[in-house]
Amino acid sequence: MALGDDIFGIHGKALELRSQRLGLLASNIANAATPGFKARDIDFKTALADAERTGETTGTAAENNLLYRVPLQPSLDGNTVELNTEQTQFAENAVQYQTTLSFLNGRIGTLTRALRGE
Amino acid sequence: MTQPLNVFTVAGRAMSAQLLRLNTNASNLANAGSTATTAAGAYRAIKPVFRTSYDNATGLATVDVERVVSAGPAATKRHDPGNPLANADGDVFVSAVDETQELVEMMETSRQYQNNVEVMNTAKTLVLDTLKLGK
Repeated sequence: MALGDDIFGIHGKALELRSQRLGLLASNIANAATPGFKARDIDFKTALADAERTGETTGTAAENNLLYRVPLQPSLDGNTVELNTEQTQFAENAVQYQTTLSFLNGRIGTLTRALRGE
Repeated sequence: MTQPLNVFTVAGRAMSAQLLRLNTNASNLANAGSTATTAAGAYRAIKPVFRTSYDNATGLATVDVERVVSAGPAATKRHDPGNPLANADGDVFVSAVDETQELVEMMETSRQYQNNVEVMNTAKTLVLDTLKLGK
């Protein structure tokens, strides 16, 4: 276990996974008009649990939990990107990323105060 | 593809692709109803062919324009002897651009361009916030 894991707990890995999910959702939005493109997403909960339990890197955990999106209404050209779904997920993920950042900031603040002896 | 993809290249290349699509829309609309002497010389609507570009290293995917093709219906023949471009039979060939379809596609293109701009803005904010970590 790295020093970073001791200090930041689950939030370090969570931030990495959030960042990977951000890229994946951006890929889906980028391919909204590409015929035959299949939208993908990470099962965040399971991926984070796997990374915590097995100690594997978040990259491996994300790859193992990479799933295809099931469209609500399939389109004729085989594209499974539904912009309303992707935009909601993207916004949600961005907010969650910022939440994780504030957890990390809080932890850093605590440690800094402890080091200064305030 | 040598450089690994990141969120900014994904959104950036998608924006380029959508911009090219917008350019083809503009060309098609500008040439709607233009006439020519021969059927082959008449303007035919052009369309970009989008292709997903995968990056195995990061699992990300962006979109590129593979090529631009001439698609759409062939020009329609119209009898118009007064037209300076009319051939020996007094016919001209009018380009058959579906203006309604082009306008709808233009709206869709601009929406998708905006989506990618939004993605890039959000990613920028998050990266800048991450840089300020601990400050």
